[in-house]
Amino acid sequence: MTIDKATVRKVAKLARIREDEGRLESLASELSGIMDWIDQLNEVDTNGVEPMTSAVAARLPMRDDIVTDGGDPEEILANAPAARNGFFVVPKVVE
Amino acid sequence: MIDLKGLTLETALDDLKARRVSAVELTRAHLEAMERARPLNAFVLETAERAMEMARISDERIAAGTAGPLEGAPIGVKDLFCTRGVRSTAGSRILGEFVPAYESTVTEHLWRDGAVMLGKLNMDEFAMGSSNETSAFGPVVNPWRSGASNRSLTPGGSSGGSAAAVASDIVLGATATDTGGSIRQPASFTGTVGIKPTYGRCSRWGVVAFASSLDQAGPIAKTVKDAALLLRSMSGHDPKDSTSLPADVPDFATAVGRSVKGLRIGVPREYRVEGMPPEIEALWRRGVEWLKEAGCELVDVSLPHTRYALPAYYIIAPAEASSNLARYDGMRYGMRSEGETLSDVYEATRADGFGEEVKRRILIGAYVLSAGYYDAYYLKAQKVRRRIADDFDRAFETVDALLTPTAPSAAFGLGDNTSDPIAMYLNDIFTVTVNLAGLPAISVPGGTDATGLPLGLQLIGRALDEETIFSLAGVLEKSAGVTARPEPWWVA
Repeated sequence: MTIDKATVRKVAKLARIREDEGRLESLASELSGIMDWIDQLNEVDTNGVEPMTSAVAARLPMRDDIVTDGGDPEEILANAPAARNGFFVVPKVVE
Repeated sequence: MIDLKGLTLETALDDLKARRVSAVELTRAHLEAMERARPLNAFVLETAERAMEMARISDERIAAGTAGPLEGAPIGVKDLFCTRGVRSTAGSRILGEFVPAYESTVTEHLWRDGAVMLGKLNMDEFAMGSSNETSAFGPVVNPWRSGASNRSLTPGGSSGGSAAAVASDIVLGATATDTGGSIRQPASFTGTVGIKPTYGRCSRWGVVAFASSLDQAGPIAKTVKDAALLLRSMSGHDPKDSTSLPADVPDFATAVGRSVKGLRIGVPREYRVEGMPPEIEALWRRGVEWLKEAGCELVDVSLPHTRYALPAYYIIAPAEASSNLARYDGMRYGMRSEGETLSDVYEATRADGFGEEVKRRILIGAYVLSAGYYDAYYLKAQKVRRRIADDFDRAFETVDALLTPTAPSAAFGLGDNTSDPIAMYLNDIFTVTVNLAGLPAISVPGGTDATGLPLGLQLIGRALDEETIFSLAGVLEKSAGVTARPEPWWVA
């Protein structure tokens, strides 16, 4: 198996998704199945091949570094799970 | 009473222009059809009041002689497009009751041109799925049924709501998106036309991101001409999307009906996969014959890296998704679950908010991008992606377009493919290659299988050459002469 329980635990932590201890085993086998199938990529000779990062060949355009939008905190906060006095309310970040 | 059965966008626009019908009448008829079709679960939000208001304005503009090219045409919007003041969920619980303060560029273009929004369409969660079964709102049911059976079939995915709504005549067209086949596979499963244009044709601004280097918007419509009309409005350069192409938008509809005589069409031999149903083979052969009769020259071509497209996609797409979906942390919008610490809140929110398939892909993405694995997986996949794009470049040195089946099967039963993720992924085997290469491709109905279910043919074109595949699709549509519509079993 490419991916064991400990790896799933670590990756879930990296991805900030809580996974119950009881689910790790089946997730490991599921993800291993997918990764084993993906491993057929190793059959492809990619020596000297430039990685393709974008489907668009053109260079990314630049624009002037000026403010084009903003200044509406009420609109920004309208969808917040919790907001007060023009700020997002979040759990304590610093101990 | 307006008969909506088989009513095309093209005909409706003519009727509106000639004042044979008003936008209000046409919209009301579609709203009634939408209500009757609730058993299909195609809509996650109906916006009837807004639709009537938009229709009234359309009638005013028609009367004033200031009508846009789509004035008064009722359409549906996939819930991946942000719509100002209208809840947008991406088919996920995690966005909760999110109401955007902005409008996606694509929908903005459609409203500019006079289209009327009937509501938001169901879809696989974050566009991750091929059967609409990953939606937080439950699956869409395909309006088509197999023979005399009353079994519920999938309309395909991820744009299942869009495809089902068009096929059941409750909208004149719909927006959709395609990251690995999410426009074309549902079009194939529902007897509709769907085009994924060249990457960069349609702005991605305001479209909830799944895999940014692959995501592209496009229409699902009843006819090739209708798809051309919708795509013209949806396209166009947008400074708000840095990957949007600064290219002129042709009048795609004039390409439909154009002669295809003398065009060279490639038939890629690697698309003849093991275990392909004979009916798909037969459909493909018919497509070849139809294009020959229209004066095309059909040639055998090779795209040697085709079989590696799906595994490469399942590295690239989850990697990009795991980055894009990092923003759903329960702090600024969407739902938030309770927890002791900040980390607990993040982890609980994402555990409760994301469905199983989305979590699976985020985990794969985080794994292939994690320290020590990046070169072996992500970089490797990007190199294979280049090989796949090079295959197409070489083929297009000698041909003008490629002809393939759209999907390896007809619509399957809801629940049939949910236990094996890879079996589900294989739905995109013929469609995913062009997302990797950034090329345009269209699915057009080519006929039905023995049980009467629709099957689609796919045409792939050169970058920015949608016109050639529109003209070829027009030929296939005419030759296939598909007139069957699904029986409206959903009307009680």
